[in-house]
Amino acid sequence: MAHSARRDSPELPDFSMLKRLVKDQLIYLLEQLPGKKDLFIEADLMSPLDRIANVSILKQHEVDKLYKVEYKPVMSTSEQLCFLIRPRIQTVKWICDVVNADKTAGKCRRYKLIFTPQKFYACEAVLEEEGIFGDVSTDEWTFNLLPLDEDILSLELPEFFQDYFLAGDQRWVRTAGTALHLLHSLYGPFSKVYGIGRCSKMVYELWREQVEEGEQKAHQAEIGKVFLIDRDVDFVTPLCSQVVYEGLVDDIFRIKCGCVEFGPDVTSSDKSVKVMLNSQDKVFNEIRNEHFSNVFGFLSQKARNLQTAYDKRRGMDIKQIKAFVSEELKGLKQEHRQLSLHIGASESIMKKKTKQDFQELLKTEHSLLEGFEIRECISFIEEHMNRQVSMIESLRLLCLLSITENGLLPKDYRSLKAQYLQSYGVDHLFTFVSLRQLGLLVEQQPGDTLTVMESKVGKLVNDKTAGKLTDAFSSLAKKSNFRALSRKLSLVPKSDEEYDLRVPRDMAYIFSGAYIPLSCKLIEQVLERDSWTGLEEVTRLLNGHEFAAAGSSGADLSEKNDAQRIILVMFLGGCTFSEISALRFLGRERGYRFIVVTTAITNSSRLLEALLDNHV
Amino acid sequence: MMKSKADEEDFWNSSKCKPFTFDDEDDEFSKLKESKQTVKNIRPLVDEDEDEDDVEKISWSGEPVGSISWSVRETAASSQRTEREPAFPKINTDTPAISRSLSGYSLSALFKGGTGKTKGANFQSFTDSQSDSSVRLYAPELRKPKSEYKDIVSDWSPEHTVQRMQQGKVVHLEKFRSLQDKLLLLDFAVSAHDGNVITAVLIYLKRTLSKEVLFRELESRQTALRHFIHYLTETRDQRLLLELLRALGRIEDVALLQYKEHLSIADENKRRDFLKSCLSLPFSPEDSAHVQDHYTLLERQIIIEATDRHAERGGKVEIFQKFPRRASILNMPLITTLYYCCFYHYHESEGTYSSPLNIRQTFRISDKQYFVTALAARAKLKAWSDVDALFTSRNWLGFTRKKSPLSFQRVVDILHRNSAPTQVLQEYVGLVDDSDLRISLAQKHKCHDIVINTYRDLKDRQLLLGYLSKVERGSAEAGKINQLLSNQQIRWRN
Repeated sequence: MAHSARRDSPELPDFSMLKRLVKDQLIYLLEQLPGKKDLFIEADLMSPLDRIANVSILKQHEVDKLYKVEYKPVMSTSEQLCFLIRPRIQTVKWICDVVNADKTAGKCRRYKLIFTPQKFYACEAVLEEEGIFGDVSTDEWTFNLLPLDEDILSLELPEFFQDYFLAGDQRWVRTAGTALHLLHSLYGPFSKVYGIGRCSKMVYELWREQVEEGEQKAHQAEIGKVFLIDRDVDFVTPLCSQVVYEGLVDDIFRIKCGCVEFGPDVTSSDKSVKVMLNSQDKVFNEIRNEHFSNVFGFLSQKARNLQTAYDKRRGMDIKQIKAFVSEELKGLKQEHRQLSLHIGASESIMKKKTKQDFQELLKTEHSLLEGFEIRECISFIEEHMNRQVSMIESLRLLCLLSITENGLLPKDYRSLKAQYLQSYGVDHLFTFVSLRQLGLLVEQQPGDTLTVMESKVGKLVNDKTAGKLTDAFSSLAKKSNFRALSRKLSLVPKSDEEYDLRVPRDMAYIFSGAYIPLSCKLIEQVLERDSWTGLEEVTRLLNGHEFAAAGSSGADLSEKNDAQRIILVMFLGGCTFSEISALRFLGRERGYRFIVVTTAITNSSRLLEALLDNHV
Repeated sequence: MMKSKADEEDFWNSSKCKPFTFDDEDDEFSKLKESKQTVKNIRPLVDEDEDEDDVEKISWSGEPVGSISWSVRETAASSQRTEREPAFPKINTDTPAISRSLSGYSLSALFKGGTGKTKGANFQSFTDSQSDSSVRLYAPELRKPKSEYKDIVSDWSPEHTVQRMQQGKVVHLEKFRSLQDKLLLLDFAVSAHDGNVITAVLIYLKRTLSKEVLFRELESRQTALRHFIHYLTETRDQRLLLELLRALGRIEDVALLQYKEHLSIADENKRRDFLKSCLSLPFSPEDSAHVQDHYTLLERQIIIEATDRHAERGGKVEIFQKFPRRASILNMPLITTLYYCCFYHYHESEGTYSSPLNIRQTFRISDKQYFVTALAARAKLKAWSDVDALFTSRNWLGFTRKKSPLSFQRVVDILHRNSAPTQVLQEYVGLVDDSDLRISLAQKHKCHDIVINTYRDLKDRQLLLGYLSKVERGSAEAGKINQLLSNQQIRWRN
């Protein structure tokens, strides 16, 4: 089961420093408001905060009561109110209401707003408009990187995706640049930065400016190379059903901030348990990257081993038993607990998946990826919608169909959209607007004249003009060109070959051997070539915006330096657990270690739900 | 006002820089005009800037600085003539190379000194004691007497201002009074890629420019426009947003935005009336039909709901007693409504509003949609004769046969989910064409007869023998298998 790891796999840097830094800053900020105070925390900051501090730390710094921000009048009687919030206009407006209500009631309190990871002018403008600018103090808690595991860092900003890709708002671009800068100054200097996508370029640029403004302290680099990638370079991968254990657990139980809540059906008791899922959990660590079909075998083997270990007790004398209890028993008990949870989770996954015809769903997905029997796929999706099965699943399949086919035929688009609205409600008109804007679900242009015209123009004039033309079109609706990309990069292995999922031969194993994730394949190709050279056709199909830049000073480039094999991959707009698994696989194969930095962990449901919320 | 091609080339030649290699922004050719003007405007500013900052001016010289949204690209090698070698090269961006350090200034310190740092001590003066290094006041500065900053801040360039805003430092936006200055500020904000600053500048422009002028200028600045739209959406400034979209000629967006207001209307009658008023909005033809359907559906749901609630309360209608309604039908999707009507009003004549056939007709529901929904509803009620009738069609000779717009495999699945008994399932499993699929379905649903008959037809003695172990010993099925196996007349293949 365990992959033969290259023995010289480099060590990962220690990211616990990041946690210490933000914790210290939070304490400092709380001390800025001396005395007892009540703390209001934005709902989606609770879990990240949990990973950094705990209640007793807050209490030590005179936080009296803790509240969740709920947009309701406050019941607190404290003299001092502190708000730990995201820089959102809605939240600030609520705080303004609170302060103004106090004013009307003649109540005098002190208020402090701590914005994280930064404050925005627009929020301060609200304070000003509502007439409470000056009545409250504001601060920033630069909590922009949360280590979720030894190789995953998250900005915990799921809204990055819809703000940037859907609304075209670049408010978080600088935040991402700052996060990168922090990593550069603590674990750099980086020797090389590659990237693809408009946002990646901007993040690079904002990071570079900060590097030039500041000073890099000379120290041994712990991270060598960096790869930045926009989520819209590859929408196919996050829309596929996940079949690697960690991804499946995320799809079904939703992992939140590295923590999952298993319900009674998993624990086979009447209560739920919250479990941290990371490399500390030994059982989980061994199965997280495995294809689900291998997990059962592994778990039962593990259970047998555990039994043998327990059985050792028999025939022991007192002394031996004493040693056993003090040395082994605790470990065994822990393993036992972990094992029973993951067995329970696997069973629950199986039950849920068989209930919803998972096999057929996967078959349709694979056909779409291969471009095979598209009519059958469409009729499968139709039936899925007609039967009012999950609204998100239907949408996911529609999007996959559109991206892989480079848009739907107008006739199909109309009919599928109508059926969708009839099954799930006309309000989804807005969802379709969002999907079109993102290029996730579009109508083919009549005859697809654009491509023809582009390529003709491209031949006649120089590439620059052609590039510009492509851009003008792609600004309307991004073209996916998935088929051409798939051929160029051999993303879909030949279907007639057997694929042994126990001994994966490439990253396609994360999708049962049916598809190599485009995002990860790009990373592999660029690292192999150490540039974009030879990938011109690919980048053209991806609408360009690729870059590679080498640092000129400070970095030790020698191949012997282990840090050069530590690669930081930053996903702008989110990445999935499946992609992380694929990169871990690639790392083992090539002797790299990947560190994934993402604006948030995503999956198909989160991606699509973000678009539903936007309009309600 | 579009410049001709020749003009463009002139421009590029005169600016001594290579044409861009890729495109970053939503450029239209019309942008050229704007950028050219910007370049013109910027020269004097640049010159003034010189004594203030000598690192920056170098990067100005080779580049058409104002062509911000136009994206001037130079390779790092040709454009970067900064004094120290940058750690990383600039890639094609819109920003002129900036690498100045602000260590020379102590402006923020001066401000702090002037206003008195009374952090925490005096609660009322929090404005003054904002926070240590990151004093991010931009608007309140408007109110400060000129004398307070006049000497210190003489002429910050828009670029410098944007840079300070990015760092959260004090800036004086009221200095930007002419339209050209305001736009320059905006363009620099856009070229700095910082959405926070772009929005801040837009808020300032919104306050100081008339709507007409602002809208006009935003039209050619896509990035800024999208920030502005997002800002208006977030602040829920629906009125201004509608005006903006109208000014931009985006009438379909206007229609959708207005239509969206129905979501905030709770009362169903008011909602229906509102939807009616939406019918005349300029939707695309396709969406127009959807909105029309939405209105018709709600109108009908209101009628059905009133009638059924009455019937349910009256306690005389059997079906409502046997299967009490779990929720109101108001605002449910069309297919849910159809299901509801197939459940409670299946046999009504086509003339009533709640008749499934009437709904099918009114909303142009496809055969497949109707079929799936009716099947599920009747199966739920275990009305097997209705189920049977759904499939039955007569050909021209008057023979009946079973037809389905849905694969029989799917039909079996739907019936099974609604816990249909084996006898019912058997009938439909038998209609599956593909023999392998038929057998696997039959095995799954324990339709032994079908399995046995299929094996018999295949003359496969071995499989039949194997199946004997899967049926109950001594059952009718086992008897049948034994009988077949001992039948001398069958010519077994194996």
